Amino acid sequence: MSKKPMSVRKTSRRSKKIWVPEVFSQKTIRVIVNGKEYVRDVKPRLLLVDFLRDSLGLTGTHVGCDTSNCGACTVILNGRSVKSCSMFAIQADGKEILTIEGLAKGNQFHPLQQAFWDNHGLQCGFCTPGMIMQAYWFLKENPHPSEEQIRWGIAGNLCRCTGYSNIVKAIQVASEKIGVEQMQVEPRKQRMVRRS
Amino acid sequence: MAVSAIFGAKVNRREDPRLISGTGTYASDVALANMAYAAFLRSPHAHAKIKRIDAEKAKKLPGVVTVLTGKDIGSKLNPVPCAWPVTGADVKIPKYYPIAVDRVRYVGDPVAVVVATSPYEAADALDAIVVEYDPLPAVILQEEAMKKGAPLLYEEVPNNIALHWKIGGGNVSDAFSNAEVTIKERFVNQRLQPTAIETRGATAQYDPSTGMLTMWVTTQNPHVHRLLLTLMTGIPEQKLRIISKDVGGGFGSKIPCYGPEAVVALLAKETGVPIKWVEDRHENYVATIHGRDHVQYVELAGKKDGTITGLRVKVYSNLGAWLSTAAPGVPTILFGLILPGAYKIPNVECEVYGMVTNTTGIDAYRGAGRPEATYIIERLVDIFAHKIGMDPAEVRLKNFIPKDKFPYNTATGLAYDSGNYEGALFKALGMVSYDNLRRELQMLRSEGKLVGVGISSYVEVCGLGPSSVVRSTGFALGLWESAIVRVHPSGKVSVFTGGHPHGQGEETTFAQITASELGVLIDDVEVIHGDTDRIPFGMGTYGSRTTPVAGGSIVIACRRIKDKGKKIAAHLLEAREEDVQFDSGKFFVTGVPGVSKTLAEVAWASYGAGSNEIPSGMEPGLESTAFYDPPSFVFPFGTHVCQVEIDKESGQVKIKRYVAVDDCGKQVNPMIVEGQVHGGIAQGIAQALWEEAVYDEHGNLLTGTLSEYAVPTAVELPKYETTSTETPSPHHPLGLKGVGETGTIASTPAVVNAVCDALSPYGVENIDMPLRSDKIWRILKEKGISK
Ligand code: FES
Ligand code: FES
Repeated sequence: MSKKPMSVRKTSRRSKKIWVPEVFSQKTIRVIVNGKEYVRDVKPRLLLVDFLRDSLGLTGTHVGCDTSNCGACTVILNGRSVKSCSMFAIQADGKEILTIEGLAKGNQFHPLQQAFWDNHGLQCGFCTPGMIMQAYWFLKENPHPSEEQIRWGIAGNLCRCTGYSNIVKAIQVASEKIGVEQMQVEPRKQRMVRRS
Repeated sequence: MAVSAIFGAKVNRREDPRLISGTGTYASDVALANMAYAAFLRSPHAHAKIKRIDAEKAKKLPGVVTVLTGKDIGSKLNPVPCAWPVTGADVKIPKYYPIAVDRVRYVGDPVAVVVATSPYEAADALDAIVVEYDPLPAVILQEEAMKKGAPLLYEEVPNNIALHWKIGGGNVSDAFSNAEVTIKERFVNQRLQPTAIETRGATAQYDPSTGMLTMWVTTQNPHVHRLLLTLMTGIPEQKLRIISKDVGGGFGSKIPCYGPEAVVALLAKETGVPIKWVEDRHENYVATIHGRDHVQYVELAGKKDGTITGLRVKVYSNLGAWLSTAAPGVPTILFGLILPGAYKIPNVECEVYGMVTNTTGIDAYRGAGRPEATYIIERLVDIFAHKIGMDPAEVRLKNFIPKDKFPYNTATGLAYDSGNYEGALFKALGMVSYDNLRRELQMLRSEGKLVGVGISSYVEVCGLGPSSVVRSTGFALGLWESAIVRVHPSGKVSVFTGGHPHGQGEETTFAQITASELGVLIDDVEVIHGDTDRIPFGMGTYGSRTTPVAGGSIVIACRRIKDKGKKIAAHLLEAREEDVQFDSGKFFVTGVPGVSKTLAEVAWASYGAGSNEIPSGMEPGLESTAFYDPPSFVFPFGTHVCQVEIDKESGQVKIKRYVAVDDCGKQVNPMIVEGQVHGGIAQGIAQALWEEAVYDEHGNLLTGTLSEYAVPTAVELPKYETTSTETPSPHHPLGLKGVGETGTIASTPAVVNAVCDALSPYGVENIDMPLRSDKIWRILKEKGISK
């Protein structure tokens, strides 16, 4: 066997060094997250997802990969869904962010959350916040989607547990609810027992 | 016993509110004051001597707390233990250290660990460590590893053969010499990357004043983890607390205990600050176990009338560079025993070689051994049917163990508890109108379409398992499960389970079981798991065992509570104990339902413990600890049918229809059962069509990120049509069987059978997985099917 040099992969998505002039080594950013304003000093290379999780303690946004494939980190930035692992916190300066923690109104779940609950749209729950945030944006763009469109709409989000069927169903149900209630939130249901 | 309507109801999951609102607690969510972050430097070589490690520069970088190498750790940590030295398999467990000392054996082998005040600084420090390697020749494939002169991984594993195991029954050579038809195939059951969306991680905190080390770990089995960490770190069990609240999927990959987890424990103790470590995805792919990876030489003997008379299997199983926690058991016990599947095959022989290679370790991945076995028999049945010109459904029917022959002893030594295989097959065939479908496909074929249908009828052995059997196979512990059911003075109930659900929903199903047993409201039951300081010693969640085995322990604890409650109620009601009955949460005198005490009244009395409250000599309180050791395994079964169409231009396989009939006995919550089946099918289809861990000849994992490893999205996967039959387990207190792995076991051969069926008119007998479009496209070219 030849001793050809082997491909060495960077061991971490964080290890990518960006050249930063001294003066920029700390920057103050101002963001509104879930309706609340935060002013923080951050390093330019801090990823948005780490800012949300570690600086603000909003650990509902998850990390599942280092290549922008899984979508576990999906949040809404100025109305658009973004993968927060693929942005720096400083890029969010002056912007408005919605994360899973900000979706419910008080203890009223958003129709998407309720539909995921009612339709067994989650198992381990790790992909769920990203999945719901992606669906939230997708339904804004496409309020009356077909099943096929929903499947394409969440193609950037991976779920290893559910096989997607119940996720698709949940989004469909939510779209109907939202259609009827025009994005009004409905009261959170008590633990519901459906008898078959 | 009256089973209230809560048992068997589609109850919404109680774990969901926290998970849909982003307030769950996964291991990586744990944040502690003054926490520092660990990161591992991992080998870029598949096999090399470590000549020199220079960490001086790294140590001086800002934020770096410490850097440790394998030499620095020395004897502070013991080698990573393997818990399943399979009896009679001549298992050689090499010494594999948490951090490599002088030699690395796979790409990803840890060579140093850095601790820094932020994950970013830790990553910088990794880049600053200089390691000089002396590369050695590497061996990647198991069949190569056996050859004379192959690079040797460990002195203590001659010829790289870490295990050699045989099992069989009947007279296989006679079966083959008398056979009218024989089939011979080589199947590759490819290596897979489990890919829980949450990677692994651990956070450890040491309290020097008490000597207590608390650790938040991604694990499917907190107590097993604690025990293995004790063995590695020397921290006594009573001083080690493992907490695992929410786990983002496991699929087997979070059963094993890994070296870095012990390193994190050690670092917390040595540095005095809490240490957090979270894998990134690439690290997860190179350093968390992989699954499957069999090369299988298989032979089937049969008669022209479709009777299968013999099965001979020889497997070369890749174990990777170390023997992970359950690794030797997966290609042996979990594989060989179930080889005959749903069929009465009197003569079966199986031989397995387990090889160490310069690749990531292999251990249990959803199904663990049983998918590899089911694939063999289900593919062979189809090839056999094709060869003798019989319909594959007919061959299955002809060879099924009939439903009146249970319990049935297989040639491999298992005693199947119950089954109605033809029932599930007929139901599935009915759902697709099989005869019509066949005709329809015939018509489509005459129009030049590439269409096919595949059937897979499986039996799974699960609910691991009866301790005496499991112990006789060499597993380090029994596989019973434990529960504490505690009725509080107010009559509310806490259930502490040794199972550790992480997506399977047992916080809900166990509450249903308890509510139904004790006749209380489901909302009055709390289910607690995943904390070794709260729960009794338990074996955890894997092997489709939690609902049947942990559920069994809860039932027994509840029944003991009712027995005690009856005595107390008799005392309170001044009746004889024999005259007291329990139903729907009330103890009453037979024939006088008005004269009764509720569970809450009895609980109150049990804690009051006055002489007018409990009989003299009785211990106060109303709680019970139960260890349920199942008398046997459970054997869920079913039939899946898959219909495909292959695109002639691209070779792409499209699943047109997927039907699944599964029988897991009684169902506590059909919604959750269905969810488990969905997820299992998805993973099985993924193996059939897309997923494959690929190494180059130097041992680089080419599928080391989610960009390369083909986890399917919602676009690729079909809709599933699922239903069930119900054959309760005769030996389980509630008639339950497991269902977590059935989908994965059944679906892979169903899909491959369908694709091979579509191509059978062109003389294609077998294609090895994954059936990706490039592979199919080449075959279409070769056979002149497409231009
Ligand atoms: S973490 Fe995977 S896409 Fe962002
Ligand atoms: S619910 Fe586990 S990854 Fe989607």
